[in-house]
Amino acid sequence: MGRVAEAFAQAREEHRAALVIYLCAGDPDLAATEALLLAIDAAGADVIELGVPFSDPTADGGTIQRASERALASGTTLRGVLEAVGRVRAKISAPIVLFGYYNPILKYGEERLVQDAQAAGIDGFLVVDLPPEECPPLREPAVRAGLDYVPLVAPTSRDERISLAGKTATSFIYYVSFTGVTGSKALDTAAAAQRASEIRDAIEKPVALGFGIQTPEQVREAAAHADGVVVGSAIVRRIEDAGSVEAATASVSSLVSELASATRNAST
Amino acid sequence: MGAPPHTDRLSDGFFGSFGGRFVSETLMPALEELTSAYERSKSDTEFQAELADLLDHYVGRPTPIYRARRLGEEVDLDVWLKREDLCHTGAHKVNNTIGQVLLAKRLGKSRVIAETGAGQHGVASATACALMGLPCEVYMGAEDVARQAPNVQRMKLLGAQVHAVQSGSRTLKDAMNEALRDWVTNVRTTHYCVGSVAGPHPYPTLVRDFQSVIGREARAQMLTETGQLPAAVVACVGGGSNAMGIFHAFVPDETVRLFGVEAAGDGIDTEQHAAPLTAGTVGVLHGARSYVIQNDDGQIQEAHSISAGLDYPGVGPEHAWLHESGRVAYNAVTDEQALSALHQLCRTEGILAALETSHALAYLPAIRQALGPGQPVLVSLSGRGDKDLQTVLARIGDD
Repeated sequence: MGRVAEAFAQAREEHRAALVIYLCAGDPDLAATEALLLAIDAAGADVIELGVPFSDPTADGGTIQRASERALASGTTLRGVLEAVGRVRAKISAPIVLFGYYNPILKYGEERLVQDAQAAGIDGFLVVDLPPEECPPLREPAVRAGLDYVPLVAPTSRDERISLAGKTATSFIYYVSFTGVTGSKALDTAAAAQRASEIRDAIEKPVALGFGIQTPEQVREAAAHADGVVVGSAIVRRIEDAGSVEAATASVSSLVSELASATRNAST
Repeated sequence: MGAPPHTDRLSDGFFGSFGGRFVSETLMPALEELTSAYERSKSDTEFQAELADLLDHYVGRPTPIYRARRLGEEVDLDVWLKREDLCHTGAHKVNNTIGQVLLAKRLGKSRVIAETGAGQHGVASATACALMGLPCEVYMGAEDVARQAPNVQRMKLLGAQVHAVQSGSRTLKDAMNEALRDWVTNVRTTHYCVGSVAGPHPYPTLVRDFQSVIGREARAQMLTETGQLPAAVVACVGGGSNAMGIFHAFVPDETVRLFGVEAAGDGIDTEQHAAPLTAGTVGVLHGARSYVIQNDDGQIQEAHSISAGLDYPGVGPEHAWLHESGRVAYNAVTDEQALSALHQLCRTEGILAALETSHALAYLPAIRQALGPGQPVLVSLSGRGDKDLQTVLARIGDD
C-alpha cells in the first residue's frame, strides 16, 4: 500500500475523514512553498496536493489563477517544484500528490517526470485535464514506479464514467463537488458529501470531496459522508492576504489545525 | 505529394496523434452528448433541410467565386477569390454558428456562450442566437475589445452580452479560457459554440463539417467556371476554420497543392508571432493535442499578430495532422506583408479584406515562385475588413 492509501486507511481507522490540503507551488516563490509544506504537514494535513502552476488554468477560479500567475512570475518550473519537494521531503510525513494540468507534464516527458518525481519523494499525480481515456502515457509509468494516479469524478458523470474512474484510480478518487471552477461558493456541502459516499459505495475506493470547501463547518459537514475533504482556495487566500512568508505560514498553519480538528468532529 | 489516408476517426476524435479530449471530467459527458447529437443530425433530414434553407436564404449561399484579374496581373497568377466576405455578417464564421445553434436547440440548451478574437465569431454567434431566440454571451479579450470596437457594438446591438476578459494576454486564448470556465459552471443548460476547428472532440470535426460547404461549393464552381481544378488553394490559419472549410473537399485531389498561411507577426524568428505550425511544438491546449507556442517548461506563450483573429498560440488538430503528413504546406507572413496585401486588394479589385484574410493574399507571390506563372489559384477570402479600419489607418498614420 502506498503512502496515499495508507493516509486514507489511517483516517478511516480513526473514524474521521482525511484532510487533503492544496497548495500552489511557487506562490509567491519556492522558498515560501518549502516553509508552507512543513507547516501544513505539522498542522495535521493527511495528504498534500501540490499544484504545479500553468499559464492557462481553465478549471480554476480567480484565487488559484492569481496564485499561478504569482508562481510563474517568480520563475517557478516543474523541475524547480520537484527540487523544492526533494529538499524538504524527509521532514514531511504526509504524502504529496502533484496536482496540475497536462501540458507542462507532456513537455517534461511523462516517463522522465515519473522518475524525477519518485526521486523527489512525490507520491502520485492528479491531472485536471487528463481524463481516463488519455491518461495511460502518465498512469502506466507511474503505476510501474509504485506511484498513484488520482482520477476525478464530476456531478455530471454517469455510472459508466464513475466505473471507469474507479478502475483508473490506484488509491482514491477526487469528487468535484459541483459544476464550476475551484473556489466558487455555490456548494451544497451535505448533498455533495452524500453523493461522494454513493460513489465510494459504487467503486469501493475512498472518495475525497473537493471544490468550494472553505470553512471548518463545511469540513465537518463533508466529513460526515466523504472519506476525504480537500481545501484549496481558502489556503491560497490566506497566503495571498498575508504580508510576509512568516505571516502566511502562521495563518495557513492555524487554518489547517482548525480544519484537521473539524475532520474529527464530523456533524451527523 | 500524395494525399494522406483519409480518416475522420470520429469515434475517438483523433487525426493521427492530434486531437482528442483533454478536458476536466465535468465536461466529458457534455462532449459525449454533443458528439452523439451531431452524429444523429447528419442523417436527420429535417435538421439538414433547415440548415440548408438558412444557408441559402439567410447566409446568402452559395457565395460566388470571383476572378481577380487586376490582382492576378500583379502577382502573375490566375487568381480566384472564394467570396466568404459576402456571407451575412461579413465572414465565413456564420456557416458554423447557424449549424451549432440549431444543434443547441435540438439539445434543449437554453443559453449559448462563445469566445471571439476578431469579433467575427462573436457577431456570428450573436446573429444565430438572435435568429433562433437564444440568449448569447461572448467572451472577448480586453485587448481585442479595444481593437475591434465595431464588432463589440454589433454584438451588443444583436442582443449579446460581451464579457471583456482581463486575464493573461487579454486576447483570444484568454477568452477561450474564460468561456471554458463558464461552460464547466453552466454545462447542463449551456451550449459552448466554439468558433474554430480547435478545442476538444467533437469540435474540430463538427466545425470543419459545418465549414466544409466553402470547399464543396468552390470546387464545383472552379470546375464549372474554368473546366479544371485549381493548381493551388490558399487560406489563412489561426485556429484554422476557414482553411479546413476550403481544404476539406480538396484533400483527396492529389494535383491540388494546399497552402495554409499563419501569422508571423513581427517575424517567426522573433518572439512576437502567432505561427505554431511554422515555429511551435506539440502540446495540449484547450482540450486538444496539437501544435502550440510554448516555452521549455510547457507554459503557453502569448501570441502576437496585427490580426486579432489569428492572435492565438494554438491551431486546430486536423491542421497539425495535415502538416505532419505533408498534405498541406504551412508558412507564415508578417504583419507588414499582410497589411501590404490588404492595400493591394483594395487598390486592384475594390475589395477590403479582413486582416486575417490578407495573410492568405500576402502568400500569393510565394505561390507564384512555387508554381510558376499564370497558374489558377483559389484564395479563401474569408472575411471583409471593415472591422479593421481603425487598426489599418493607425498603421499608415492616416488616423
